[in-house]
Amino acid sequence: MLEVSGLTAWYGQAQALHGVDVHVNEGEVVSLAGRNGAGKTTLVRCLIGLHRQSSGTVRLHGRDLSTAPAHRRARAGMGWVQDDRGIYASLTVEENLRLPPKVSDRAWTLDQVYEAFPVLAARRRASGTTLSGGEQQMLAIARVLRTGARLLLMDEPSEGLAPVVVARIGEIIREIKATGAGVLLIEQNVKFAATVADRHYLLSQGRIVETLDNDEFRRRQGDLLRYLGI
Amino acid sequence: MTAILQYAVQGLAAGSFYALAALGLAVIFGVLGVVNFAHGAFYMLGAVTAAVLLDTLGLTLWWSLLAVPVLMFAFGVVVERLLVQWLLRLDPLYNLLLTFGLTLVLVELVKQRYGVSGLPYRLPAGLQGRVDLAGVVLPRYQLFVLLFSVLICALVWLVMTRSRIGMIVRAATEKPDLARALGINVGRWVTPVFGFGVALAGLAGALAAPFRAITADMGSNFAIILFAVVVIGGLGSIVGAVVAGFLVGLVEAFGQAYAPTFAQILIFVLMALVILVRPAGLFGRQEATA
Repeated sequence: MLEVSGLTAWYGQAQALHGVDVHVNEGEVVSLAGRNGAGKTTLVRCLIGLHRQSSGTVRLHGRDLSTAPAHRRARAGMGWVQDDRGIYASLTVEENLRLPPKVSDRAWTLDQVYEAFPVLAARRRASGTTLSGGEQQMLAIARVLRTGARLLLMDEPSEGLAPVVVARIGEIIREIKATGAGVLLIEQNVKFAATVADRHYLLSQGRIVETLDNDEFRRRQGDLLRYLGI
Repeated sequence: MTAILQYAVQGLAAGSFYALAALGLAVIFGVLGVVNFAHGAFYMLGAVTAAVLLDTLGLTLWWSLLAVPVLMFAFGVVVERLLVQWLLRLDPLYNLLLTFGLTLVLVELVKQRYGVSGLPYRLPAGLQGRVDLAGVVLPRYQLFVLLFSVLICALVWLVMTRSRIGMIVRAATEKPDLARALGINVGRWVTPVFGFGVALAGLAGALAAPFRAITADMGSNFAIILFAVVVIGGLGSIVGAVVAGFLVGLVEAFGQAYAPTFAQILIFVLMALVILVRPAGLFGRQEATA
């Protein structure tokens, strides 16, 4: 569903991405690992249209979105879960959920969201940022599900969260996958990535240096941990 | 006691003009990221338009309160499409140059056409005179201005907190990139929001027309105080704009009553104190995303 080829981008004077090729199939969870500064977040920001690529193509369901502005990409079915969760302080929990427009028939209703995330229902009138870190992450994911996005771009959803919350997020990702949506998951937490992803890209200095299936990824976990410096 | 109440109403009425105009400035800054230095000129144009409507078409203030915002909205839309839209991707310095330059042009055009002496403005009969409220005698028009402005501020607040448009404006103010990435076409709201902000400044001007000398320069002093209001309230904060507007009006009125020489200085002392204690303003966010 997502095909990225030859993507290059600059970050100021420095080239951040050197011809990146990435694809994600329907119902597939693909992780993207790499050290800090490898270009992971720049790649995702290019995909959603917030960072300008200098060459290469981004296609979703065969549709060329390389020059489309961010809101058109979102409406074409991309959903971005930002690395700092991006919860609006000036909106209540429910307003955070009501904000994004519906882009497909798979959009979750508020009732579905509240059933899956009872904690959000309990805090629906509270300001978005009064939630705990884990709750904000749930809210950020639920907000993207409200659009019915077919491809989720998740930037470090497990970062800084307690193990029990990380496990819950893993469950949610598997549920999303079961609906046939694709997920591109930026993840430094190799152990977590191995439990949810089908395939793994290793990004180094703006290049995809390796593509591993999950078995190989598990086998080389020790190596990768050392490589990532975690 | 009576005197204090009179000064309070006078201050709140004057504060109404600041509150309405600062509200316009806040929504424009929020959605466009543009600090509109031409806001004082738009306020002046509102007053001049009201005076001209009365003079040429015989439209009283009642009609002007409707017609001026509509005309100023249209003017704001033209200014945004013609000039301001080019600022959005540029260094903020250009926004100062353009909007300040626009102020000079508008002021000179009005001077050319209407001269430098004030235009006359007569209140409709229903708003003249004084009312006696349990022994406190107040100018009827001041009370009207106060109630009318509170009503407008409340309406804007309702729209901002209860409507989908308000939700989008808040989201676009807080994190514009994220709003776009969630599928909201923020650009579509830029022109109407700018027009709306200009309409509010124009409305403040029309309300002030019977109060103030209507001259081409009336916006310049107003703009100086207005920026103090915005700094005190917090740039981009809707509630801050309104609260600080009324607050500054009160400080000004009591200053003029009890320490006329220091009236203006008091406002800036207040501003300095606010900056010392809360650099982002009373209702501002510390890390405003521009």
